[in-house]
Amino acid sequence: MTHYLLSVHRVEGEAREPMTDEEMAQSHEQLAVLEQEMKSAGAWVVSGRLHESATATVVRMAGGEVVTTDGPFVESKEYLGGFYVIQAEDLDGALAWASRVTGAIKVPIEVRPFAGFEA
Amino acid sequence: MGDGDTAIRLDEGEVGRIFREESGRSVAALIHIFGDIDLAEDAVQEAFAVALGRWPRKGVPPNPGGWITTTARNHAIDRLRRESRGRELLSEAAVLSPGSDDPGKPPEVGPVQDDRLRLIFTCCHPALSTQAQMALTLRLLGGLSTKQVASSFLVTETTMARRLVRAKHKIKAARIPYRVPEAHELPDRLRPVLAVVYLVYNAGLTGSAKPDLCAEAIRLARILAALMPDEPEVGGLLALLLLSESRRASRTRPDGSLVLLGEQDRTHWDRALIEEGQAILRRCLRRNQPGAYQLQAAINAVHADALTVEQTDWPQIVILYDQLLGVAPTPVVALNRAIAIGELQGPAAALALVDELDLDNYHPFHATRADLLRRLGRHREAEAAYQRAAAMAPTDAERAFLRLGGRASR
Repeated sequence: MTHYLLSVHRVEGEAREPMTDEEMAQSHEQLAVLEQEMKSAGAWVVSGRLHESATATVVRMAGGEVVTTDGPFVESKEYLGGFYVIQAEDLDGALAWASRVTGAIKVPIEVRPFAGFEA
Repeated sequence: MGDGDTAIRLDEGEVGRIFREESGRSVAALIHIFGDIDLAEDAVQEAFAVALGRWPRKGVPPNPGGWITTTARNHAIDRLRRESRGRELLSEAAVLSPGSDDPGKPPEVGPVQDDRLRLIFTCCHPALSTQAQMALTLRLLGGLSTKQVASSFLVTETTMARRLVRAKHKIKAARIPYRVPEAHELPDRLRPVLAVVYLVYNAGLTGSAKPDLCAEAIRLARILAALMPDEPEVGGLLALLLLSESRRASRTRPDGSLVLLGEQDRTHWDRALIEEGQAILRRCLRRNQPGAYQLQAAINAVHADALTVEQTDWPQIVILYDQLLGVAPTPVVALNRAIAIGELQGPAAALALVDELDLDNYHPFHATRADLLRRLGRHREAEAAYQRAAAMAPTDAERAFLRLGGRASR
């Protein structure tokens, strides 16, 4: 089994067709069903949604001291909106879950293997 | 076989030929056993080094491929025993050896599966870039050296080595599976496999690279057709390549410039390849699942039937292009369809269709416009179109040809 990060990337201020309430409800329902399936298949490890990147804070070492600053680590229009950590037999297994996530929320999903994972 | 005194004429070239024929199968079998591409490549390489020393003296064994696979496997096992990481891999390999893949999983159904089929689906996995897919396929299945693959793509050996290392690292890290896709995945997964073989063939047509990539692509297509006899598009691709190959010698003049289809000496077309391609195509078409490769092959087959350009069955070709446009609605197909319509209804009808296409960056688009404008007597516009085409043409020979077309139109 290999662990994979399924990350949901959002683009700041991206003009997206806003979902109707009905579509939103449908999307949430699909996700809930999907997460339940991930759990019963033993694929789900952890998942979460993140606030937008304006809420980020960075700490770094500067001259032997820790300096705290406002803002994301890299100023970029793209930011991590949420993620799943799943385990799968191989990439095809991970891609099958990722395909269903993108089908439910209609944004691209990046799939990356973990080089090491402990929980 | 006799001892060292027996004069067997077997030079490096002959061992090289056997290497190209057999190494893909051996590498594929070893990846299946050990689950490690680098180990498989190295072991097969070593086995051929042994063969090179041994076969010229002792003769080629009756089953050279089997000999290579066995020798390579023994080398790999020896090497793994010497390394501690290897001992782990070896104990896993024992579990993963063919036939006992995964006790919980039903055995793969369908025709006997050759490891080469697993390997090509791994090399052409959609998670890899097309460039990486082509390079891996030529390296692992085609048995080309990294240097040969590099020269096929006009990059340095270092660049190609890096590209191959990156691709193999991704296969390992992301666990791109080593298996033949299931029936429901096949349409999606077969597409890049066929595309890679077709791209390899076309790279051979436009370049003068050594080794001959056209021959390599045909060899790969033959392997695929033998391994997937029930996939009509696989046969369609093989037929297309054979029919195209039948004209390869007539495509260029001794100076390298292109000869248009209508101007080729049809007595030089290779009839044996045409007959083979047409026979394969007929078998595929009987399944009545026409796809882009079968239709392109069919168009080529109609051209091959015409002993002179005047005998070309243009109505049939237009019908086939209409079907092709249905399954592959691309502007390039539309351009070729317009040319066929021009043969039936004249250059004005063709030009009207061509001018609707958004192909400004495709030099054959300008060459086609130039030819149609010339035939309509619009010489100044034709000249301009020839110059645009020439400026974009990828090879000197094509540039020269198009500039000449431009001059002739004055």
